[in-house]
Amino acid sequence: MATRQCAIYGKGGIGKSTTTQNLVAAMAEIGKKVMIVGCDPKSDSTRLMLHAKVQNTIMEMAAEAGSIEDLELEDVLKVGYGNVKCVESGGPEPGVGCAGRGVITAINFLEEEGAYDEDLDFVFYDVLGDVVCGGFAMPIRENKAQEIYIVVSGEMMAMYAANNISKGILKYAKSGSVRLAGLICNSRNTDKELELVEALAEKLGTRMIHFIPRDNAVQRAEIRRMTCIEYDPKAKQSDEYRQLAQKIIDNKNQVIPTPITMDELEGLLMEFGILEEEDESIVGRTAEEEVAAGGA
Amino acid sequence: MSQNIDDIKPSYPLFRDDDYKESLARKRALFEECHPQEKIDEVFKWTTTEEYQELNFKREALTIDPAKACQPLGAVLCALGFEKTLPYVHGSQGCTAYFRTYFNRHFKEPIACVSDSMTEDAAVFGGQKNMIAGLANARALYKPDMIAVSSTCMAEVIGDDLNGFIGNAKNAGSLPEDFPTPFAHTPSFVGSHTAGWDNMLEGILRYFTLNHMEDKEAGSNGKLNIVPGFETYLGNFRVIKRMLNEMGVDHSLLSDPSEVLDTPADGEYRMYAGGTTQDEIKDAPNAIDTLLLQPWQSDKTKKYVKNTWHHKASEINIPMGLAWTDEFLMQVSALTGKPIPASLEKERGRLVDMMTDSHTWLHGKKYALWGDPDFVMGMSRFLMELGAEPTHVLCNNARKRWRKAMEKMLEESPYGRNAKVYAGKDLWHMRSLVFTDKPDFMIGNSYGKFIQRDTLAKGKEYEVPLVRIGFPIFDRHHLHRMTTLGYEGAMYILTTLVNAVLERLDQETMILGVTDYNYDLIR
Repeated sequence: MATRQCAIYGKGGIGKSTTTQNLVAAMAEIGKKVMIVGCDPKSDSTRLMLHAKVQNTIMEMAAEAGSIEDLELEDVLKVGYGNVKCVESGGPEPGVGCAGRGVITAINFLEEEGAYDEDLDFVFYDVLGDVVCGGFAMPIRENKAQEIYIVVSGEMMAMYAANNISKGILKYAKSGSVRLAGLICNSRNTDKELELVEALAEKLGTRMIHFIPRDNAVQRAEIRRMTCIEYDPKAKQSDEYRQLAQKIIDNKNQVIPTPITMDELEGLLMEFGILEEEDESIVGRTAEEEVAAGGA
Repeated sequence: MSQNIDDIKPSYPLFRDDDYKESLARKRALFEECHPQEKIDEVFKWTTTEEYQELNFKREALTIDPAKACQPLGAVLCALGFEKTLPYVHGSQGCTAYFRTYFNRHFKEPIACVSDSMTEDAAVFGGQKNMIAGLANARALYKPDMIAVSSTCMAEVIGDDLNGFIGNAKNAGSLPEDFPTPFAHTPSFVGSHTAGWDNMLEGILRYFTLNHMEDKEAGSNGKLNIVPGFETYLGNFRVIKRMLNEMGVDHSLLSDPSEVLDTPADGEYRMYAGGTTQDEIKDAPNAIDTLLLQPWQSDKTKKYVKNTWHHKASEINIPMGLAWTDEFLMQVSALTGKPIPASLEKERGRLVDMMTDSHTWLHGKKYALWGDPDFVMGMSRFLMELGAEPTHVLCNNARKRWRKAMEKMLEESPYGRNAKVYAGKDLWHMRSLVFTDKPDFMIGNSYGKFIQRDTLAKGKEYEVPLVRIGFPIFDRHHLHRMTTLGYEGAMYILTTLVNAVLERLDQETMILGVTDYNYDLIR
């Protein structure tokens, strides 16, 4: 079977890296061959697989070697839990340089050096929260990831981000084969979260493929730099990730997303009582004007 | 200080007139805060020492005269070699102006190449709009049959997706869906012009053949594909074709700009001329094999023809000099079953005759040389066949593996044992080397003339003359029309090298009454 390449997007801090590593661990558990490509200058996409603080990144090693041409694959590709191949693109410190270019360079390097083994069942790209420039869209260019999963919660900003990411996917989907494959709800225990995310998924033309409940088991595993699956395979939460993994393995639902306008999104949030109806008559009026208007 | 209309002088000798000399000296004295001449001389002398060389080779953060150009420049040359193909550079205008200028200074020909002029707003919003307008305009204005898209640093840094943008431009109606638009990402800050050439060719082959392999069968058209690589000697395209024709081997050169870069002045401007046709590209997977004339710079093409076309891409070296031309012809013969004809055997014999005629002059002569990896390797090999000794062998755009292969080749010959190989070094390193371990000659591109000037400045006995073979050659005319490959190319190189030796000897022996006892009529 051909390798399936999946990219995980979502708002910063939503739990992309944790979710990705746990679901990959669940896949590895049932014998799937997987590679994780971290595409985030924070470089925390593989720490739970490797029990490491930070893996040596491609860009860091390239800078050390003098140029990317002098780098060998084995310098940057590590094998972690369940024989999962792990690489981190790496990138600059905040405020300098160009992290997007780092992603492009890293993925080109992996392709040229033959990291995309034909035996791989899955490649997961764990991508920086905001698709701020073309570089962070590298994983969804033609012949790379074709399935996009968006990690989301019932929080307003997470849903905004999911909608924005769908807009990005749409640009690429029109001329290529990249598709939205579903939303993954990483629960924050907000009101009517399940219903809200399902409603958003419907608007975007996709499905919420799994609802991951909030569970401290994840944090307990994380402080040990482990996935839940590895630390406590019997935990209830581990089963959640196993279910998610299986749903992704079986997923055939891949669509060109139908992102909605800001008004529609706000409408949706209002419908679920997350956002209050705006009173247009008060916009731009000072206190004095209001008193005057009230007095009139 | 003014020109006399009956005796207009160009900058030289004009600035040697007394009034200009005075004026320039005044400017130096009053405004330039120039160091005293003794200090300048002292520093100059220091830059020629071993001590300086040691520091020079520790240099990390600076390249001076890199002896390479950038990826899109190579992509443009590759694209020029296809019939009615317009090279299109997605990115800023200045880069593209540079590619055009660079080539027309070398080829003394106009170069048709366009850019979509990305500016500040495109850097922020991405260059898709430029692509949409640019492709439509390029086709409307210049009526090509194919537009080959490459990219500059700017587009690469912001992560523009050429495939996506071209697709969207077609959807927006810029070009018909089936209009050929191969592309290659060619960031200038990675690799060099040779990598850009390779990327562009792979992009073109991919565009025309990747999804059309069902009815293809290697060997079914009986032809050979030849991949020239970044090649600027027009005679090389011609000699390869001639040798294959003499063997009766049907062939396709995958990129052949020898017509468009050598158009006649007959009153008609030809924006496009000659070049490999689209039909030839489409038929290329049916060939018996694909031979890469510059294998050290053809990684991507090689991988593609092996994996997609299922060609062997039989190993050859650049067909430069005697042995490697033999090897090339024998490989062609083995692949096609066609014998090497008497005409080529005779040509070979003539080369061997010339080599023996000149060997006394070339034996033991020391050469420093630089250029692209395959050129440097082929030239070193031929030098050793001539009994000459490559001493400093430098290539900026080569990898470690190349250096190892070079060192192995040099070690195998007594003429190569004293050679040192420098990969990733530049011409300022070369300058140090020719001062501290003086060769008889340098072989390289025009940029070497500044090293020659500096060596002469130290004294006539330190001067290392430059033999111009390579790219670019801006300061001599028409050398790009010459041939450096095959027996014919070896004859040209040999003639150039031996006459440089004799020229030099004449210079040294023409001092009346001092050295002219050896200023001989017959050499």
